[in-house]
This record gives sequence, C-alpha cells and structure tokens, in this order.
Amino acid sequence: MSGDLTARSGGLTLPRIGDRALWSFVGRRIGHAVLVLFCVATVSFFLVRISGDPVRQMLPPDATAAQETALRAQLGLDQPLLGQYVSYMTGLLHLDLGQSLFFHRPAFDVIAERLPATVTLAAGALVVVLVVAIPAGVVSALRRGTATDTTVMAAVLVGQSAPAFFVGILLILVFAVNLQMLPASGMGGIENLVLPAVTLGLYSIAMVARLLRSSLVDVLGEDYIRTARAKGLTGWRIVTAHGLRNASLPVVTVVGLEIGNLLGGAILTEQVFAWPGVGRLTVEAVTYRDYPLMQATVMFLATVFVVVNLLVDLSYAALDPRVRLS
Amino acid sequence: MPVLEVNDLHAEFRLDTGTVRAVNGVSFSVEPGQTLAVVGESGSGKTATALSILRLHPTPPCVYTGGEIVAGGRDLLTLPEREMRQVRGNEIAMIFQDPMTSLNPVKTVGAQIVESLRRHRSLPRGEARARAVEALREVGIAHPEARAGQYPHQLSGGMRQRVMIAMALACRPKLLIADEPTTALDVTVQAQIMELMADLQDRFGMAIVLITHDLGVVAQVADKVLVMYAGRPVEAAGADDLFERPRMPYTRALLESMPRPDVPGGAVLDPIRGAPPNLLDLPSGCAFHPRCGFARPECASTVPALEEKAPGHAAACVLTDDDLPGTSEGRRVSGT
Ligand SMILES: Nc1ncnc2c1ncn2[C@@H]1O[C@H](COP(=O)(O)OP(=O)(O)OP(=O)(O)O)[C@@H](O)[C@H]1O
Ligand code: SF4
Ligand SMILES: [Mg+2]
Repeated sequence: MSGDLTARSGGLTLPRIGDRALWSFVGRRIGHAVLVLFCVATVSFFLVRISGDPVRQMLPPDATAAQETALRAQLGLDQPLLGQYVSYMTGLLHLDLGQSLFFHRPAFDVIAERLPATVTLAAGALVVVLVVAIPAGVVSALRRGTATDTTVMAAVLVGQSAPAFFVGILLILVFAVNLQMLPASGMGGIENLVLPAVTLGLYSIAMVARLLRSSLVDVLGEDYIRTARAKGLTGWRIVTAHGLRNASLPVVTVVGLEIGNLLGGAILTEQVFAWPGVGRLTVEAVTYRDYPLMQATVMFLATVFVVVNLLVDLSYAALDPRVRLS
Repeated sequence: MPVLEVNDLHAEFRLDTGTVRAVNGVSFSVEPGQTLAVVGESGSGKTATALSILRLHPTPPCVYTGGEIVAGGRDLLTLPEREMRQVRGNEIAMIFQDPMTSLNPVKTVGAQIVESLRRHRSLPRGEARARAVEALREVGIAHPEARAGQYPHQLSGGMRQRVMIAMALACRPKLLIADEPTTALDVTVQAQIMELMADLQDRFGMAIVLITHDLGVVAQVADKVLVMYAGRPVEAAGADDLFERPRMPYTRALLESMPRPDVPGGAVLDPIRGAPPNLLDLPSGCAFHPRCGFARPECASTVPALEEKAPGHAAACVLTDDDLPGTSEGRRVSGT
C-alpha cells in the first residue's frame, strides 16, 4: 500500500504485481467473462436448433432425402441433442467453431483471416473518435452554455445522425472521385484506412463527446476541484490532473461499448468500402446460409464484447482506487 | 500589521431569478496568530465571504462589486489571476466543511499534499514527498508514510480533515480560512480537530478565520467575532466582550439559542423565531426587523450602519446600550 507515493502525482496508478486485492479482482472478472461466454455458446447452440431445422433451410427445396441425410450426418445433426451439445462445447474448448460450409474450411480460420482487417479498421475508427471527441468534450465542458458549446455539440450530433452508407459514399465522392486524394476502396496502406475509419468513427464521436462533456461538467463542480483551486493550481492542471481523470470514469465504459460496436458493427462501412473484414463475412455467412459460420460469428462477437468488458473493468480498476481497493 | 484586512467587501450572484447580495459591505481584519470567528445562521454569507477572499467563486454568476481585500500589502481583489494563484494555498490556505468530498478520490492523500508543495515550493519530487509525510505527522496521523500512500476512501472522516489541514498548512500560510471544519464530523472528533488547529496555530503562528455555527467553539478559541446576517456584518467585537454584552438583538438571540451545557441533552432554549430571510427578497431597513423583539418603526425603513458602540465593539442597530440589556445571568458563556 505504501508504494503509491512513488507513482507520479498526476499520472495513472498502475496495477502492481503483488497487490492482492487487484489480482483477486482480475480473477473474479475473468471467471465472470468465461461464464458469460459459456452461456452465449449454450444459448446460441439451442437457439439454432429450435428456430427451425437448419438442414431443411440450407438445402434447396428440391433436394432428395438422401442428400438431406448426408448433410445431416455431415453437420452431426443426426446425433442425439445432448451428444451434439457436448461435442460442440468440447470443440469450442479447442477453438473449433465447426466447418464453414461455404469456404469448406474451419470457421475459426475463416474468421481469423478476416480479423486483422476488422481490427485495423476499428483501431483507425477509435483513433478518429478519441482525437475528435476528447477535445470536443473538454472544450464544450469548459465553455458550457456558450455558443462554442452549442456549436461543438451540434456538430458531433450531425456526425451521429448521418447514416454510414451516406457518409461513406459522400466521402468517396469528395476525396476519392473529385479530389483524388485517397483510394475509394480495398485495403492497403494507411491511405486506404482514412475514409473507412472516418466513416465508421463519425457515429461514435457524439456519444463519447457528449458523455465526456456532461461528466466533466459534473466533476468540475465537485468540492475537490474547489480544493485544487484553493491550492493555487493552474486551470490546466486542474482540468487534466483532477478533472479529466475523474470525468473519464463513466466515459471508459462507453468507449468500451463503442470499441465493441466498432469491431462488430462495421457491416455497412465494410460493404461500402469493400473492406475484407468480419462484418462482410457475417453478411456472406447469412447470404450463403452457412450455419456453422453464422454461429461462429456470433461466438466471435460475444467474445469481442466479453473481452472489451473485461478490459473496461480492468481500466476502471486502474483509474479508480475505490474499485481496486474495495 | 494585519495579515488580512477586508474593507467594505461586496460580492453578488447574478442569477436568472435576481441578484443575491451574499457579501454586502463586510469589513474585518485579522492580526498574526489571531483567530477571528465568523458566525451567523445558514445563508448569511459566511462561506460566500470566505471564498471571496481567495476569489474562488465561479464567475459568472459571481461578481465582486466593490471593496478591497488587503494582504501582504496588496489588494487581492485587483490582483491578476496569475499572482492570485501564488497567494492561494501559499499565503492564504482554506479548508472546507466536508472532508469526504473535498479530497480527490482517485489520488493518494500524499500525492495531493505533494502537489501543493511542488506548486509553491518547487521542491524536487523526493523532497516534496518527505515534506508531505512530515506534514501528515504534524497533524497527528499515525504511520504517516503508509497513510500517504492511501486514498481518501481508506481514511475516516476525522483523518481526512487532518489531511486537509496538513495540505493547507504544508506551505506554512500566514492565514488559514476554515469553513465549518468540524460540522461534518462526529462530536468527539470535532473536539480533537479544534484542539489540533489550536495546537498548530501555537506552533506556526498563523492567523485563523474560523467560520462556525458552534458558539461554544467560538467562546473557546476566538479572539474576535464577526456576526453576519443576510450578507451584512451586524456586529463585530472581541469575543469576551461579545459574549458578555451583545449589542444587537440578533447576536443576543444567537447567544440565547445556544445549547446549554447545564441543561441535560444540551437543549436549545430559545430558538430564534422566524426563518432567515430570502436574499432575493430582503426585508426593507434592518433585514432582521421582522424577527426582532426590539424592533421600532424606523427599523423597517433605514438600514442601520455598523457603528462603534463601545471601544472595539461595533453593531448595526438603532438601539443604544440603555435600550438593550445584556443577556440574562447564567446564559453567558465564559470566554476561557
Ligand atoms: N455559487 C453561488 N451561486 C448562487 N448563489 C450562491 C452561490 N454561493 C452562495 N450563494 C448564495 O449566497 C447566499 C449566502 O450563502 P453562503 O453559502 O455564504 O451561506 P453560509 O452563511 O455559508 O451558510 P451555511 O451556514 O449554510 O454554510 C445564499 O443565499 C446562497 O444561496
Ligand atoms: S435595527 Fe431594529 S430591527 Fe434591527 S436589530 Fe436593531 S432593533 Fe432590531
Ligand atoms: Mg457555508
């Protein structure tokens, strides 16, 4: 407990090895995450099986009984339900998400192949979100009630209300077609990333900026901010060291959710920019009625949200000693 | 030379609903090592006065409309913000009513003291840390090295107020403004904190402006008392003098409404009748007149000025000494 003075007075208190409370907190969170994934797997397993016979839905209407039996056997759907469940869950333990019907390869490999594109796009979008939302939120909070505040908040709202395909196509028209500054589609260098990242990020900026604004306004009205002023600190130091640190607590949760959305919800953006990520794969899985692949993308999304939530909880612990040391 | 001299200070809050004159012509001075108590009912402008001294009010809605605040030979009211920051926490420090909310929950208490030291003393980090631990020791916190690494929520209320005091005194200010420093604490802890402040005042010789509701505390520690009513100073005197011979009916009523140690349960004998006025809609003349048992017709029309009624004893009231007898025997609080 005595080491905290050594942390920079303004900086983060990083988790320390040997901090018992912290590690038990981490342990509990990981246990929780595993439990959630187990539930998602179970529910999605049974949902697929009670929402109609996958085999009948996959086969063309004129398929023969023999074809049906063959496919049923291939998918393992001829086994007793409990047996299927056990082997599905055992498969998951080995990262076996089943065989993609369309790609004729393990669904895990298909997703893993698309993952870098999705992560790159999400990371790019996150940078866009943070770079715009943090200054916007801070400026609005500091100038609350003024024309600056109103203008900034209105601007971010416009970003949220414009649909991704509209923004995407607009950006392509302006920057790719007219100005010919940036490529219109596909993956490659950083120049390929700019337009899709802006398109994807635009939506989340408003959420983060508005939350940061209201959170910072609240924090700046707190007694400890008055204490900081009474100590003679400069406005800059008060905002950064005392204001933002506390104001970021609720924002972290939302940024976490937004990361989940950026990773899992890029379907439209990926379509518009022909971006070869998991979003497009999801569309393909549905189009081709690739059941195992659909189930695999559900597991993938669930994992993304669980992992992001875990990271949110951990950053909470890093940011707020009341969580870490409770 | 006084550490602080406030002359005819005016500060008001301009709200949508009207203008609140929370500090309306307040004057007082404090000498080194002296304790000035500021008393008055809730909403009388005590905190507003204290925050004005360090110019800590949010502007807007607050506007400092007049007067001067002289400290260290200059007027703080006209000091550039940059220089004002050198005064805050360095020459004049302040502690607040609620130690639960006055400390930043996500920073260790040590770091919060270090911050103040580094701001004003530009000490190297290691030295500032050592000084912070020392400051915690001075306020009677056991195991100060370990405590310095703890967060506010890990400390009790009394200990947090000790931390606030340590932080305030770390740079050895000439004046400490304490705004109801014990109101939020348990009764036993209250006494300890008051004792600590008196002890530190003896050691460091700083002046104290103590805002309090507790006239018992005033009787024990104050050298001088300023009584406020509805934003105005209504009586100012030496503490003994004031307790012995209040010269304004409001002060008298305050003294009479004190819990009496000789009555079981410390029952309040004569609560002041009526409620404090709404500052947005002040009564005409003497703002106390609707509640005053001695009011005369002219009280409703003219605002009485704060005038010296006896050497070193000023009151804002039309009454003379003959009109207003002293407090009844046995209600006096001894000024020891
Ligand atoms: N920031 C502010 N904005 C608007 N009005 C304020 C503000 N601060 C204080 N006031 C008003 O100024 C008046 C005096 O308030 P102040 O806090 O000084 O009272 P007080 O004597 O300290 O009372 P208490 O004993 O309850 O602390 C009140 O009417 C209050 O509503
Ligand atoms: S001026 Fe009049 S109303 Fe005011 S305190 Fe004195 S006697 Fe009472
Ligand atoms: Mg107050």
